[in-house]
Amino acid sequence: MEVRVNNPLAIIGRIFLSSLAEVGRLSQFASIALIHIFRPPIYWRLALQQMWLIGYNSLPVVGLTALFTGAALAQQIFVGGSRFNAESVVPGVVVIAIVRELGPVLGGLMVAGRVSSAMAAELGTMRVTEQIDALTTLSTDPINYLIVPRLIAAVITLPFLVLVANVIGVLGGFMIGTERLGLNAGTYLQVTADFLERADVVSSLVKAAVFGFIIALMGSYHGYNSRGGAQGVGKATTNAVVSAFIMILLANLIITVIVFGNQL
Amino acid sequence: MIEMHEVTKAFGPKQVLNGINLTIKKGQSLVVIGGSGSGKSVTLKCILGIVHPDSGSIKVDGQEVTGLSARERKKVLSKFGMLFQSAALFDSLPVWQNVAFGLIQGKGMKKAEAKEIAIEKLRRVGLTPDVGDLSPAELSGGMQKRVGLARAIATEPEIIFFDEPTTGLDPIMADVINDLIVECVTDLGATTLSITHDMASARKIADRITMIYEGRMIWEGDKKEIDVSGNDYVDQFIHGRAHGPIQMQLLKP
Repeated sequence: MEVRVNNPLAIIGRIFLSSLAEVGRLSQFASIALIHIFRPPIYWRLALQQMWLIGYNSLPVVGLTALFTGAALAQQIFVGGSRFNAESVVPGVVVIAIVRELGPVLGGLMVAGRVSSAMAAELGTMRVTEQIDALTTLSTDPINYLIVPRLIAAVITLPFLVLVANVIGVLGGFMIGTERLGLNAGTYLQVTADFLERADVVSSLVKAAVFGFIIALMGSYHGYNSRGGAQGVGKATTNAVVSAFIMILLANLIITVIVFGNQL
Repeated sequence: MIEMHEVTKAFGPKQVLNGINLTIKKGQSLVVIGGSGSGKSVTLKCILGIVHPDSGSIKVDGQEVTGLSARERKKVLSKFGMLFQSAALFDSLPVWQNVAFGLIQGKGMKKAEAKEIAIEKLRRVGLTPDVGDLSPAELSGGMQKRVGLARAIATEPEIIFFDEPTTGLDPIMADVINDLIVECVTDLGATTLSITHDMASARKIADRITMIYEGRMIWEGDKKEIDVSGNDYVDQFIHGRAHGPIQMQLLKP
């Protein structure tokens, strides 16, 4: 019989140990999923279906987020820059902020909110209604059939979504800059092109692919392992979104430090 | 033939299987009865490899199936069909694709050919071909069970498991499902393992009946012997008495 100790240190210890165990289970799940990517069969039709669900259906929310963020960013940089007579920095700062950080991070968070929750809810329902067990009895590996297509689809689709978000975000800044703040359209585009470097775009796309993996992994992990009926599915959905958000922000910090940490 | 020897399984502190010994001969229909939480479903899932036992041996046709690789397990599972308690139909697929799933994904059959077989199996369980294009959510509980049965027999398996096949159905529909199970199993000549706490169902589909209590098989015999088993646990269970040696578990394992 397990003895529950209510000493505060014991409680902290229990939380720490259960967190470590959760990290271990997540790492094991991720490893199994990655191994299955290289172990046929790959269900490409299901992966394409997921690409449609993740990519095309997320375009409106990602596009609108990028548009409004780019526009607001241009307005704020103009106000801040005008204190030092530096209004001309608007295009350069907007493009760098959008492509390096805001495009991938906001795009990733928006897609995580939409997709991780949907994946966790769908897989969680399949788990509690024994559909995942039914797959096993029909000689079909549930990891190959359910998880691998979602991982592949998210990793391929997120870079495209973020690319679109980057373009629309810069466009939002351009619209506010030229229509409201009085900046010259030709100069705006020229400065934008001058400031943007290949490393910015590459890091943006790498971040997007990593975020795609995190989104699909968190949605799949929490849904696949959900227990306890409708309440368990609800909990899995919440955990998937919260953990995807935190993991995306952490991964963004790590990639930013690795790629841009040595730049002056 | 299925043989389980001293199989144990615990979930945390709860010991669910406590040394299960079970033999099902080829072509035999064995029904496991027992109360909720007694370990019936876990026994079945251990044989299928959905749950991994902590110790003991499970053999299917003489082959040890505990600790098989994914490829070997897939081969073993191709011998099995299963009707789940909730039918467990895939709600993202129309009915005919549910029935044909094992043929298309498991056996690599072409869709058109698999669809013909699926429609034939639907007809076999008393459903018209137009049901094939419906979504599982559009079906009643009884129809879902029939579709689940059609899916279980679609690949013409050697061994079929039935998990609470009549739970949640009215008595008439339950009897219809029992009749279908007997007919389909007789047609296929399959070995079957069913778990249920519906005694009418057990009497109808079983050759032999065994009772599980607290993770152990406490009685086994011919279905005709169950009323004269001389076992107090069996008597209490089949007569549905609240008082007796069986203390009901109120919490799930």
